[in-house]
Amino acid sequence: MKRWIPLVIFVILAGFLAKGLFLNPREVPSPFIGKPAPAFTLPVVGAADKTFSPGDMKGKVWLLNVWAPWCVSCRQEHPVLMGLAKSQPVPIVGLNWKDRDREAERLLDQHGSPYLAVPDDLTGKTGIDYGVTGTPETYVIDKAGIIRMKHVGPISPDVWKAKFEPKLKELGA
Amino acid sequence: MIPELGHFALIIALLLALTQAILPLVGAQRGNLTLMAVARPAAQGQFVFVALAFGCLAWSFLTNDFSVDNVARNSFSQLPEVYRFTATWGSHEGSMLLWVLMLAFWTTAVSVFSRHLPDDMVARVIGVMGLVSVGFIAFLITTSNPFERLIPAAPDGRDMNPLLQDWGMIIHPPMLYMGYVGFAVAFAFAIAALISGRLDAAWARWSRPWTTVAWAFLTLGIVLGAWWAYRELGWGGWWFWDPTENASFMPWLAGTALIHSLAVTEKRGAFKAWTVLLALTAFSLSLLGTFLVRSGVLSSVHAFATDPARGAFILGFLGVVIGGSLVLFAWRAPRMLTGGAFNWFSREAMLLANNVILLAAMGSVLLGTLYPLLMDALGMGKISVGPPYFNAVFVPLMAPALFLLGIGPLARWKDASLPDMVTRLKWALGIAVVTGFALPMTLKGFNPWATLGFFLSVWIILTALIGFRERMKNGTRLSALPRAFWGMQLAHLGLAWGIAGITLVANYQQERDVKMNVGDHTTLAGYTFTFKGTTEQPGPNYRAARGTVEVSRDGKLLYLLHPEKRIYNASGMPMTEAAIRYSFASDVYVALGEPLDDEARSWAVRVFHKPYINWLWFGAVLMVIGGFLAASDRRYRIAVKQLTAPAGAAAQGA
Repeated sequence: MKRWIPLVIFVILAGFLAKGLFLNPREVPSPFIGKPAPAFTLPVVGAADKTFSPGDMKGKVWLLNVWAPWCVSCRQEHPVLMGLAKSQPVPIVGLNWKDRDREAERLLDQHGSPYLAVPDDLTGKTGIDYGVTGTPETYVIDKAGIIRMKHVGPISPDVWKAKFEPKLKELGA
Repeated sequence: MIPELGHFALIIALLLALTQAILPLVGAQRGNLTLMAVARPAAQGQFVFVALAFGCLAWSFLTNDFSVDNVARNSFSQLPEVYRFTATWGSHEGSMLLWVLMLAFWTTAVSVFSRHLPDDMVARVIGVMGLVSVGFIAFLITTSNPFERLIPAAPDGRDMNPLLQDWGMIIHPPMLYMGYVGFAVAFAFAIAALISGRLDAAWARWSRPWTTVAWAFLTLGIVLGAWWAYRELGWGGWWFWDPTENASFMPWLAGTALIHSLAVTEKRGAFKAWTVLLALTAFSLSLLGTFLVRSGVLSSVHAFATDPARGAFILGFLGVVIGGSLVLFAWRAPRMLTGGAFNWFSREAMLLANNVILLAAMGSVLLGTLYPLLMDALGMGKISVGPPYFNAVFVPLMAPALFLLGIGPLARWKDASLPDMVTRLKWALGIAVVTGFALPMTLKGFNPWATLGFFLSVWIILTALIGFRERMKNGTRLSALPRAFWGMQLAHLGLAWGIAGITLVANYQQERDVKMNVGDHTTLAGYTFTFKGTTEQPGPNYRAARGTVEVSRDGKLLYLLHPEKRIYNASGMPMTEAAIRYSFASDVYVALGEPLDDEARSWAVRVFHKPYINWLWFGAVLMVIGGFLAASDRRYRIAVKQLTAPAGAAAQGA
């Protein structure tokens, strides 16, 4: 029977691959879409006396970008966000997720900050409330504070044009 | 007109591949020499037409024919000519066409260099390769036609991915594919041997040079990829355990195991079933790699265009090729007689252990690569497996294999003596252990990883030198040693050199991220970096902010470095172009981050000091040279002639 083992392993593997074909690693269905953005109040990186909560953004369409200093894809995304911050189509809030080494402030100081505010989610609890699966992830939140879209993975100029621009137009940003 | 010609050539190539697959296989089964004789001309004809198709696509790129969809999506009128040519394989469609071209090239090489092999063997090998060609050409024509027209034509192209606009990318894919596809030869030999039931030393000897050459190309391809990542990604790293990187690394591990296992099968007639299985595995992993990269089941920083229809096609093809060959294996396995017995302490045992470890390492990479997919498929959520997993699993697994690498080549076949080995190696072991502990102490204090790396590196070098000395004891001159021996030793020395480089750069590199205004300076590893500001500089298809950084040491100006931040015109994509000063002992690496104010006077700057990173590249090149040298050993050419007679006789007897 030993001689059939390689075939059995392969068949199991192929089964998973076939299933994987119908899953999109970038498309995470978020149960939060269409629901109000979970509330939180967190201290702001670089301004210890201030706090941020989603309520502060009422009446604006805004982006909640979940990032972390230890995340390589976020560094890739960073220049794109810097470009957006310059042309300012929409305010970006950067949720600093599980920054245990406390590097966010230094990093943003050196490389520039595209963010309006950087709430500090040290424990990662707020991220969990939002259903964050990894960094970077970006949520589009409308004027009424409802989550309208979620994008997993870094934002590239192409993604911005194809996914974000139409959505933001629709929401009247 | 030209694209249609290419499309047409591809269809003819498909018909020729079908002929090449069916007639010779049927002929070999029936003993019909006329049908078998079709193999060579069909394979060569297929190569001519695939090359013609490739030429047509390259022509469309070079002449900026934006009425071809593929050209419009992957090229740009401002793109420099050399990149317009390499853009031919920069896209999914083009790279698959390159795959097919390489496969046709290998098949043609087999048809030319197989004159001394029995006719039915040649017919089966070329026939099996024809089947693989049929699958891939059909894949191209049905799901990934590179010649698709775009009506109306685009006014201009969308540009090649800026990451790929680098000369490392010009040669990386062809070399990588030469390796990937080269394993198809070993695969075809294994299938042919399984069909004919003639799994003997001759089969192993015929497979060996092909496998070694494919392995050497794959090594070169992987290293060029690592070197490209080092220079282009701007993070100073060279290996990210990214799915696409793993996709090329898994066949490499299996191929390395195969090379060693083939040696045992050829010399001692042992491990036959295992060797056949490895030959099937190495090529299966090449196909799996293609599937993973092309189907989009895994997301990766190298993100290529992905499409589920393509994934379904490749997966179906994978099922036929791998599933079919494993069924054949299971069916034929009982016929394989195991060869000579061996003691637990012998060269065979060492090579078996090396094989098991290499495959375990391959399995751990496979698991890490597919784990996110498995969890997702089981509905257990999305996760990603990062470098910490791979480093934690891979390094401890490989360390014993590297230790055995020192002993294996010195052990006798069949039965080696442990006390004898201890006498021969005690000095090497002593020196390696002392160096392993002492060297990190003189550098930066005790560091277990550095100790392990230095120990293994010194150990391999010393045992290789002992190998040379023992071979020359009876007066043999260095130049008289067989090329196979030289090849093995160079490859092992190259590995040791590479390990030394990796150990040094991983443990002793220094980096600093700093915010710099014009005139600011920072120091790192004894060098002083002074930022002199940036100037706007237009490139052929991008705008660049070109920085000037003065590097000095002890107050003496050494040289200027010019890192760039580029914005590509067509895609708007920002790219970091690191400036690197290479030297034998260390690289000085400067990359521009982001401008921190509107006048671009203040920048985030990343500086690295990378000690001995070049040893990694040198070591890899030595491994490649070793591979080619071993494959060119005289005995493969001479011995094949002598073997033809008995093998032919056996065929008649069967």
